[in-house]
Amino acid sequence: MEFLHIDKSMEELRESFKSRRTRSVAWRKSQLKGLLRLLEEKEEEIFRALQEDIGKPRVEAYRDEVAVIKKSLDLSLACLEEWMASKKVRVPIIAFPTSGEVVPEPLGVVLIISSWNCPFGLSLDPLVGAIAAGNAAVVKPSELAPASSAFMANNLPNYLDNKAVKVIQGGVSVTEQLLDKKWDKILFTGSARVGRIVMTAAAKHLTPVILELGGKCPAIYDTLSSSMDTRVNLLKDQIKKSYGDNPREISMTRIINKHHFQRLRSILKDPKVAASVVHGGSMDEDNLFIEPTILMNPPLDSDIMTEEIFGPLLPIITLEKIEDSIEFISSRPQPLAIYVFTKNETLKKRVISETSSGSVTFNDCIIQYVLDTLPFGGVGQSGFGKYHGKFSFDAFSHEKAVLRRSFITEFSFGYPPWNDYKLRFIRAAFSFDYIALFLLFVGLKRS
Amino acid sequence: MNLGPKMPSSPQVFTGCLGQAGLPMIFFLGSPKGNYFLQPRLSLGQFPKFLAKSWAREGHAQEPQTRDSKRLLAVQLALGVSEKAKFDSVSAASMVEELRESFASGKSRSYEWRMSQIKMLLNMVEERESDIIKALQEDLSKPELESFISEISMTKASCKLVLKELKHWMKPEKAKTSLTTAASSAEIVSEPLGVVLVISTWNYPFLLSLDPVIGAIAAGNAVVLKPSEIAPATSSLLARFLTEYLDSSAIQVVEGSVSETTALLEQRWDKIFYTGNGKVGRIVMAAAAKHLTPVVLELGGKSPVIVDSNINLDVAAKRITVGKWASNNGQACIAPDYILTTKSFAPKLVDALKSTLENFFGEDPSQSKDLSRIVNYNHFTRLTKLLDEDKVSDKIVHGGQRDGKRLYIAPTILLDVPQDSLIMNDEIFGPLFPIITVDKLEESFDFINSKPKPLSAYLFTKDKMLEKEFVRRVSAGGLLINDTILQLTVDSLPFGGVGESGMGSYHGKFSFDAFSHKKAVMYRSFGGEAPVRYPPYTPQKLSLLKALFNGDIIGIILALIGRPRK
Repeated sequence: MEFLHIDKSMEELRESFKSRRTRSVAWRKSQLKGLLRLLEEKEEEIFRALQEDIGKPRVEAYRDEVAVIKKSLDLSLACLEEWMASKKVRVPIIAFPTSGEVVPEPLGVVLIISSWNCPFGLSLDPLVGAIAAGNAAVVKPSELAPASSAFMANNLPNYLDNKAVKVIQGGVSVTEQLLDKKWDKILFTGSARVGRIVMTAAAKHLTPVILELGGKCPAIYDTLSSSMDTRVNLLKDQIKKSYGDNPREISMTRIINKHHFQRLRSILKDPKVAASVVHGGSMDEDNLFIEPTILMNPPLDSDIMTEEIFGPLLPIITLEKIEDSIEFISSRPQPLAIYVFTKNETLKKRVISETSSGSVTFNDCIIQYVLDTLPFGGVGQSGFGKYHGKFSFDAFSHEKAVLRRSFITEFSFGYPPWNDYKLRFIRAAFSFDYIALFLLFVGLKRS
Repeated sequence: MNLGPKMPSSPQVFTGCLGQAGLPMIFFLGSPKGNYFLQPRLSLGQFPKFLAKSWAREGHAQEPQTRDSKRLLAVQLALGVSEKAKFDSVSAASMVEELRESFASGKSRSYEWRMSQIKMLLNMVEERESDIIKALQEDLSKPELESFISEISMTKASCKLVLKELKHWMKPEKAKTSLTTAASSAEIVSEPLGVVLVISTWNYPFLLSLDPVIGAIAAGNAVVLKPSEIAPATSSLLARFLTEYLDSSAIQVVEGSVSETTALLEQRWDKIFYTGNGKVGRIVMAAAAKHLTPVVLELGGKSPVIVDSNINLDVAAKRITVGKWASNNGQACIAPDYILTTKSFAPKLVDALKSTLENFFGEDPSQSKDLSRIVNYNHFTRLTKLLDEDKVSDKIVHGGQRDGKRLYIAPTILLDVPQDSLIMNDEIFGPLFPIITVDKLEESFDFINSKPKPLSAYLFTKDKMLEKEFVRRVSAGGLLINDTILQLTVDSLPFGGVGESGMGSYHGKFSFDAFSHKKAVMYRSFGGEAPVRYPPYTPQKLSLLKALFNGDIIGIILALIGRPRK
């Protein structure tokens, strides 16, 4: 049943794209406006779905998902014509009269596979880019966030052109079937392991991909005129302030499911790791709750220091000098983000030039996600490709080069049969040696 | 059983027999730098069959057997010797390891290093021009002028552009910040990816090897170049000169064919840049997927030329002829592959092309020194097969002559071959030019769009409306109006394909970008604290947050005084 349903959807999407309907400014704007209305009218339901899937508090749901998508929509609506316009490029005078430009065009039918931690944001933010660029699209939300996935499947068709934008729900087998088809681009957010599978499948059809993966994002926490203990206590205090004395009582995002709960629990089970816990550590499997936990110098070869944590455990590694953190980070796989809390300008410069990561943020966390003039994407094991803001539009566009010549000027030296005279002419042309060209042309220059 | 790649022009294998004892001995000569050795296919059991097949299609393995290669084979069989590839996975791994160390030392990141390497490269091209031309002559019978224009000048121009612009390219790009992320500045910093692999092809073996390498060096990477063994003279020239002129602790050349490439593809690279065909492109991307390595694939396709009747026929015929036959004799990724024109105009066009051909190459093109030959026997048989297909051979209206010994096929024009013929489905990559006629020229847009997206599409017309429709409706890597192949020379335009013709682009600054990671950097100060971001979350915080996001000053004030907007 699923098989037929996917094939039929693909056909419909290709038809829609072929009809050129998705290319018009009017269509793109109507879809973007439709999404905006969806977010406004259904905000409460979105919050509820996120609460159900992962226990995400409303402020986080707004700040990290709804607001981000809204911002993308507002920006795209405001800038769409500008982004769609072709851009003239400079062409050397020697080629006169020639004009060159780059024309952005949609790629065709694209696939967006998103992850469960930010189920709305990671599904719909890329979709904004896909639509703005004029493509037909399929969104495959994560099955690990079923309420969000169902919400999107049930509601998007009421606000968008559902012959050109579809939500296809499902797990591994549906994803496999989708990956078997020919797409014009795939944007995948998730783990490196699945990223490899996606790219291998894409290779069969020469489909370009964007892989938004993860990694271990380090935060370098400089002295800032306070001792180590002071800093750890500050952290503990802030946790208390944010979550109260009994964090289980207040609204805090849950662990997504039993599998991840058990994964995090087994990370802490390692005796050397357990011994390094200095705050928190309590867990409640029934409610999928893990307390904000701080660890002090767990062994560097333990899972907690080699695998991406993706949970509320924060190991602190202390070093002799803060500059040692640069070597520490650059000897490990490139992360999606590096955070540095410091006033030391030299350290800042060194981090930028001596480490590699998707992004670097000084004196804050996560906020780089919101600034859409910055590309969002990884490097190395944290992925490749980027989006957000105009980068989303570009991610789903082909920049077509267009060169125009006229019939007016003709130079015989450009044609065979070849001889020395023509060679001299061409040498001069390539060195932009206009004087030599002129002399050769009028027959005054012989060598 | 055959022996793999064709014998290199300079003797690298010496076989001798020890007189009466009849004991054959095999001596190997060759530099330790990785010049390839003849390898009997049998012993390389571990390399993937599919790769071997694809490479065979590329023309690697069906050369007429030379006397020496047959003798070597007999000797090896007698000895029961199985030849190990000189450059295998172990060598590849240790080469990458060395390059990673070199890159980690930071030397390739400095502006000075990059500039010095590019300067040396430019010196090399200028000082060794005659050697380069000779190698291209040997590999492809490429006329000197073609070599000069298309390979040497273009490479020099790329170097010069880098020398002029690199400082500017290396500067971080400021990014605008917003009210939501107050008290901060942001920029995008270009950094090298690390250790990259460039796999090049045989038709423009010099340019297509060095142009990407120039981009890789300009972006501060360490790089391995794997030139095509189908152009062996150029390959060994590149190996020799790059070692001589450049910093080999960061720039290496690996010669060879299937097994060397496989060994290279098994390693983890920070980027792979491949020029070639779609079959091998898929293999490269799948190998890259194992390590999550991003790729640029510069592939090919059937680049169509639409010819309107409203043109300057004389000039158009010249430009089309140059694009097709004076560019490596049609063996170019952007060479016009086939023509689309109206039924009524076709005869005039054919006549114009015929007379232009005669002006350029004389009455008997086989005597002209200005035509590249077909690169090897494998491609020769491939092309003659296209011509000899049933219902195709009778559509020849000009040319068709061939000479296998000299690897010559005459410039050939065909009229209205069947749409399901091989010649209309495979990329031709040779001097055969089919013309498909339509009733109305607009039909040609649908025709092109029904096929895989090509690397280029050309249109000859004076009609501005037709031009507009063409740009609007035809999708290809790049479009050119009223000329052919020139898009290669304008480095302010990205050069690359879409769909089946590839992914990614390069030339000019695009080369620098292709081998760079654009790192987002954001600076915040410790001022401008927004407690609204922190738990415990309250409805008031939510309203304030909303107002902040919308840059809604009034909303912010209202939220702050406790009377939030609804």
